[in-house]
Amino acid sequence: MRRRTFIHRYRHQYLMLLPGLVLGGMFVFYPIVAAVFFAMQDWSGFNADKVFVGFANFTRLMSDPFFWAAFSRSLVFLLGTVPIQMILGLVLAVILNDRLLKLSNLFRTFIFLPVVTPVAVIGIVWTFMLSPFNGPINGFLLDIGLIARPVDFLGSSDTVMPSVIGVYVWKWLGITVIYWLAALQTVPSDVYEAARLDNCKGARLIWYVILPIVAPFAVMILLISAVAALNVFPLIMSMTNGGPFFASEVMEIFVYRKAFATGDGSIPELGYAAAAGVFFGLVVLALTLLQAVIARRTRRGQTA
Amino acid sequence: MKLPAALSPRRILFGSHRPTARVALVSLGLTCLCLIWIYPFLWMISTSLKSTGEIFAGTGLVPQEIVWENYSRAWVEANMGRYFFNTLFVTLGSVVIVTFCTATMGYVLGRYRFPGRNILFLGFVATVFMPQGFTIIPIFELLSALGLSSNLIGLTIATSGHAMVIFVLLFAGYFSQLPDELEEAARVEGVSFFRIFWYVMLPLARPIVVTVVIMQVLHAWNDFLLPLVITLANPAIRTLSVGIYAFKGEQFIDWSGMAAAATISIIPIVVLFILLQRYFVNGLAGAVKG
Repeated sequence: MRRRTFIHRYRHQYLMLLPGLVLGGMFVFYPIVAAVFFAMQDWSGFNADKVFVGFANFTRLMSDPFFWAAFSRSLVFLLGTVPIQMILGLVLAVILNDRLLKLSNLFRTFIFLPVVTPVAVIGIVWTFMLSPFNGPINGFLLDIGLIARPVDFLGSSDTVMPSVIGVYVWKWLGITVIYWLAALQTVPSDVYEAARLDNCKGARLIWYVILPIVAPFAVMILLISAVAALNVFPLIMSMTNGGPFFASEVMEIFVYRKAFATGDGSIPELGYAAAAGVFFGLVVLALTLLQAVIARRTRRGQTA
Repeated sequence: MKLPAALSPRRILFGSHRPTARVALVSLGLTCLCLIWIYPFLWMISTSLKSTGEIFAGTGLVPQEIVWENYSRAWVEANMGRYFFNTLFVTLGSVVIVTFCTATMGYVLGRYRFPGRNILFLGFVATVFMPQGFTIIPIFELLSALGLSSNLIGLTIATSGHAMVIFVLLFAGYFSQLPDELEEAARVEGVSFFRIFWYVMLPLARPIVVTVVIMQVLHAWNDFLLPLVITLANPAIRTLSVGIYAFKGEQFIDWSGMAAAATISIIPIVVLFILLQRYFVNGLAGAVKG
């Protein structure tokens, strides 16, 4: 009886929650629980014969050199992209925030253009840009005499990661600039005025005056950028498929290859792929929590 | 010839301020950067208008002879027309679903205390940053089980689902700040719970609606992993991103056709962006501040 009145009392609220709950239940909560369940099965995905194997998939992961290679490559990618994006983004935002700069809007538009372009398109256009067969980048480098013969940027395991990192920064720098601009808008103009009177400018202005004020936003931006960088699948997929010889295979490509692609002729292993996904997800979750703790510390430090 | 003062390059570049050397230098630097930045786009458009022979002859950006035929080839042979429609369907459908579901949910979560609220909140916050690779397998399985894995409806619902968390949190944060008086006044007048939401509260949340719509359009138009996995079995429902990716595999030699297909797939989103630039920028800024 109590239960009925309780549901009755909040019936409007629950009814209104329903559409969101259904959608979230299907595509947010269920997949996370199910992924953990799949990760404990030996299952090809083709048929119904799942075999419960407990943590066997995880122990196998720990001794799979391809998994660790992909895992560390994801971290390399993270460390290669996020700092450049953060620093370059901030410098550009500080410059573009200047009211004296009349063409600021036009510059913003140009820098933002790659952001609104679908990733798959960017991957393909850059495949051609970087092509050793008449690609414009090679053409330019040959013309100015920096290289003697065309470089196969995406086809050689030495150059593929730096190339992908460069294209990624090009694609997403615009959004980091917008985030930084939003943060800069919270800096009161008399702060700039005071800094000008003290003849504080350039890197010192950014480091000593602006950064302390925008620190809480910086943590948020760092978090968004870091998680975005771990989700680099589409760009790498459309540029290299993880190749050559797995040289650009990051975590998500590994998961995809194990679960769906049978390029190497082996059968799909959904259970094993799910285990890799779960392990990776846990690491990301840990990173997120770590950053949340740091964020809280920073904020507390500021109010103190 | 002397230009009128208002049209002088100096005025256009620096406005009525006195051009200091610093501003001039910075503008010059930025101009160079921007040219590098948009070069791939210029190259893509120029390639889409060249003949195959001319691409490999390695001439400059301006095509000697404009070959419009590349576009018709991309549109018809590479099925870009079909993929274009699919992408539009998925994008519009998911925008409607996402905005409705996240606004209602954010409203209730932001303004009411009810049993289960904290658990829901905690659950959402914990999943905000879950990478797509983590959940793609169960989502694929779920859609198969529901018989939705090979049609546009399934793709649309799935596209709506996996990006909703941050939107719910944005709505909840915004709705929780609105004053109670409005709602109370409406309730005294006898307006029902749902009508208050629809006619009073939702119109007030317009800035967040704009943010959500824009972020979802960007997300749906850009999405790759999900449509790739879902359309593996049924090429007819490929989106533009996946279609172009498949085109690459099938006809790697056709640079001009590929460039034309790429140009087609970015035109709508770029036009939309240029028209609604202010909203795009404010919307994204809202995501960081919110």
